[in-house]
Amino acid sequence: MIDGLRRLGRSTLRWFNRLGRATLFLLRLLGALAALGKRPGLIVKQLYSLGVLSLPIIAMSGLFVGMVLGLQGYANLVDFGATSSLGTVVALSLVRELGPVLAALLYAARAGSALTAEIGLMKATEQLAAMQMMAVDPFARVFAPRFVAGVIAMPLLAGIFTAIGILGGYFVAVQQLGVDSGAFWSQMQAAVRLVDDVINGVVVKSAVFGWVANWIAVFEGYDAIPTSEGISLATTRTVVNTALVVLALDFMLTAIFFGV
Amino acid sequence: MGTLKKLELAVGIFVALGLAAFFMLAMKVSNIADLGEDKGYKITARFENVGGLKVRAPVTMGGVRIGRVVGIDLDPRSYEAVVILSIEPKYDRLPTDSSASILTSGVLGEQYVGLEPGGMDEYLKSGGSLKLTQSALVLEKLIGRMLTNAASGDKPPAKTP
Repeated sequence: MIDGLRRLGRSTLRWFNRLGRATLFLLRLLGALAALGKRPGLIVKQLYSLGVLSLPIIAMSGLFVGMVLGLQGYANLVDFGATSSLGTVVALSLVRELGPVLAALLYAARAGSALTAEIGLMKATEQLAAMQMMAVDPFARVFAPRFVAGVIAMPLLAGIFTAIGILGGYFVAVQQLGVDSGAFWSQMQAAVRLVDDVINGVVVKSAVFGWVANWIAVFEGYDAIPTSEGISLATTRTVVNTALVVLALDFMLTAIFFGV
Repeated sequence: MGTLKKLELAVGIFVALGLAAFFMLAMKVSNIADLGEDKGYKITARFENVGGLKVRAPVTMGGVRIGRVVGIDLDPRSYEAVVILSIEPKYDRLPTDSSASILTSGVLGEQYVGLEPGGMDEYLKSGGSLKLTQSALVLEKLIGRMLTNAASGDKPPAKTP
């Protein structure tokens, strides 16, 4: 009994300890941003590996999610003769929720895990220590470019996911199921508002998710136990923690933006 | 150096794609603007009440979509709603005495403008107007009329015990 309580206390303390270290890490990361202005090439390189290489999975997933929304929405709306609202259903679900959330989850699985593994391996092979020996700050040289590139890439990926999803829904609804194309777009345009839905939904949400996902990924790599087992553990933790935090934050943001 | 240029090109394409996606979300998905060009000819129809008719709603004749609503306005003198219809150029033989009515597709569906052809030999041109129109059915008015009819007109005979 006492033992169990003590174990609970220890894991709570450890959790807060990690949170504190992650916060300090983020502050140091932000402090290193100024040095980044001199070397924008580092960000471009990371934008390639985090953003461009994530494009295929983001585009394919967006297409399929949009097509499934079109099919399911049609199957349910056709009973009420309200298939003309299909555009609204597809666009609102993608713009408000599915676009930013799914893009962030896919990003964590594709790019976040790679970030953690890369940085963890750098740590295990003592590349980070070697950099410090040469008076190269790994925060300015390794962590900050990856973080900034990820934060830039995330909203772009979410936007691409959402746009392709809506096109997928359009393809299924209009080309396959025969929903009127004018009604599809006009009902969508009547219901989707630029600031309330597109800006708050896609842009703000994915910016927040990008911030969190990259923070977790870079920190987990930095904080990994420098063994092969430790790196695999850290990679798993990145994906799991990012998914949990993104979904929890999504609930909060939805309550703020769309709650009554 | 070649690989760096290729990499920069890929990143440039990625950023441009992302911006294009946002542009599409702003322009095509939300109601900021309608960039789609409109090749049809315009005719107007005046209604007492357009109900829930929206811009870009379909215009049909015989159930076939022949155009769409491009504008709804209120005439400030006659207090009538002026609906501007854009008809596809290939349907250029609509008689001038055609009639327009605002109908609803399904029970919960959206409203559209249904045209009935008339018998005249002259055809509507761009800028023409439809004289015969029938307003949208507003459910509350319909029920109200039914209730007043029931109250005043045909009273059921008083029952005698």
